[in-house]
Amino acid sequence: MQADFFAKKRRNSFIYFALLIFLTWGAITVTEYDVIKGFTSIPKAVEWTFSNFYPNEKAMTKLPDILKTLVETVLVSIAATTVAALFALLCAILGSNTTGINGIFSSFSRAVAALFRNIDVAAWSMILLFSFGQNVLTGYFALFFGTFGFLTRAFMESIDEVSQSSVEALRATGAGYFPIIFQSVIPASMPQLLSWILFMVETNIRHATLIGILTGTGIGFLFSLYYKSLNYSSASLVVIVIVAAILIIEYISNYVRRVIL
Amino acid sequence: MGWGWDESIRAVNDKAGNKAGQIHNKPIRTKPFNKASFVIQITLLTLVALTLYGFSSFDYKDVHFFEAAYNSLVTVKTMFLEPHFQHFTFAGALKQVIVTLGLAFLTTLFGAVIALFLGLLAARNLSSNTVSVMIKGMVAFIRGVPTVLWVLIFAVAAGLGSVAAVIGMTFHSVGYLIKAYSESFEELDKDVVEALKASGANWWQIVFQAVIPSSITYLISWTFMRFEINFAVAVAMGAAAGAGGIGFDMFMASAFYYDVREIGVITYFILAFAIALEILATRMKRKLRAAE
Repeated sequence: MQADFFAKKRRNSFIYFALLIFLTWGAITVTEYDVIKGFTSIPKAVEWTFSNFYPNEKAMTKLPDILKTLVETVLVSIAATTVAALFALLCAILGSNTTGINGIFSSFSRAVAALFRNIDVAAWSMILLFSFGQNVLTGYFALFFGTFGFLTRAFMESIDEVSQSSVEALRATGAGYFPIIFQSVIPASMPQLLSWILFMVETNIRHATLIGILTGTGIGFLFSLYYKSLNYSSASLVVIVIVAAILIIEYISNYVRRVIL
Repeated sequence: MGWGWDESIRAVNDKAGNKAGQIHNKPIRTKPFNKASFVIQITLLTLVALTLYGFSSFDYKDVHFFEAAYNSLVTVKTMFLEPHFQHFTFAGALKQVIVTLGLAFLTTLFGAVIALFLGLLAARNLSSNTVSVMIKGMVAFIRGVPTVLWVLIFAVAAGLGSVAAVIGMTFHSVGYLIKAYSESFEELDKDVVEALKASGANWWQIVFQAVIPSSITYLISWTFMRFEINFAVAVAMGAAAGAGGIGFDMFMASAFYYDVREIGVITYFILAFAIALEILATRMKRKLRAAE
């Protein structure tokens, strides 16, 4: 039987491998991906980066402007996250299994969260661009909706995970709904909730760049402006500034996470 | 979708386990000074302060907020309730979604192959400390540059299109998967590696006979999760960086044709595929867990 086992195993791996090759071939065909160009473009891109894509003196004169836009983008990301977190907390408390009011509302808020989460930031940007125009609020709301959807799901799971037993205990002692929420559920799940919020701030700064390019706001717009006018040295400065901001925020939130969790 | 859901679950859960244990062991004090709660308060205050400062400092350019909000609602209503096909057909949209899926697939495949090797080198139990730290530092840098910028940087060398998109998107996939893979590898029992080493197996034999077979289920489920994320990323790149696929159609519908109803159709297509992928991923995870 052992020979059979190995033969079967080999046959299975062969089938999976063939399937993978077939899918790859299919993907290459539909996307019109040029494999050779794919390989040659990497050294070309590296060469180009080293010869053009670094800030020069002229770009440095734009640094104040760039930093000002960066600060705005970071603030938009943070503001969108905190306000979305507030709404998400409300929705999560009303909709979670432990603290929810009733089944209908619970499924309703889950469905809303899923909808908001699954409509891409890109789609939100387009929708909002129609009515808000090239405004800081376009980026703000695009981030807000996605964040709201994500945090609602995350908060629900955290609340269910942390507070199931304490809610039961408090209910048994006759505590009312609001004391249970404010004395037990929120304090107990706070570290987790904060950890999610910090994660979302990091993510939103990345998304803000993309949204900026789509809607013409913030640091993303500045990048695409320089990029499209072939001012690569200024564009590279924007990239460096974004990377620095993201790394600093990641460092801070990792520190906070280490302390609170 | 696209928000690094599972990755962050791990980040949060890693430490959550410790916490529950600690609570019960501590004696009950009414109001102790506690570094954790102090940091929580400071962080919350900072976030609120920055939010308020942000709202006061934004340049709103006299936008009529309520009017614009109302218009957005109307737009959303038209979009979802009156979708129609204008510049392409049902089959055309389906083809574009498949192109987007293809981009996501290629990205995931390249990312997985590269991350498999780098993940082995980044796993502390299979490589030296220096190499592991170096690779993890590189991953931090890669993740610092937003995907759209990677794509646009490569677009200069390769031209706008699928090549730049796939290579640009591969960076974040590699970063994400290296982290996921190396953590799965690190879970491998130390004794297994030691036993194989003692019996004279070389590094490759250890990797292919012990490390990969024992972590294959995790590898597959992480890779599929990344595929799910890459689908969303590919949509966004189509819109922002001319990568083609359904995202590009969305960009055209909104930026050139100003056709809200067509965006509605496209959003429905994306939603349908995204939800299908999510269901598939959940099924697969359950199956893999059952197989273990």
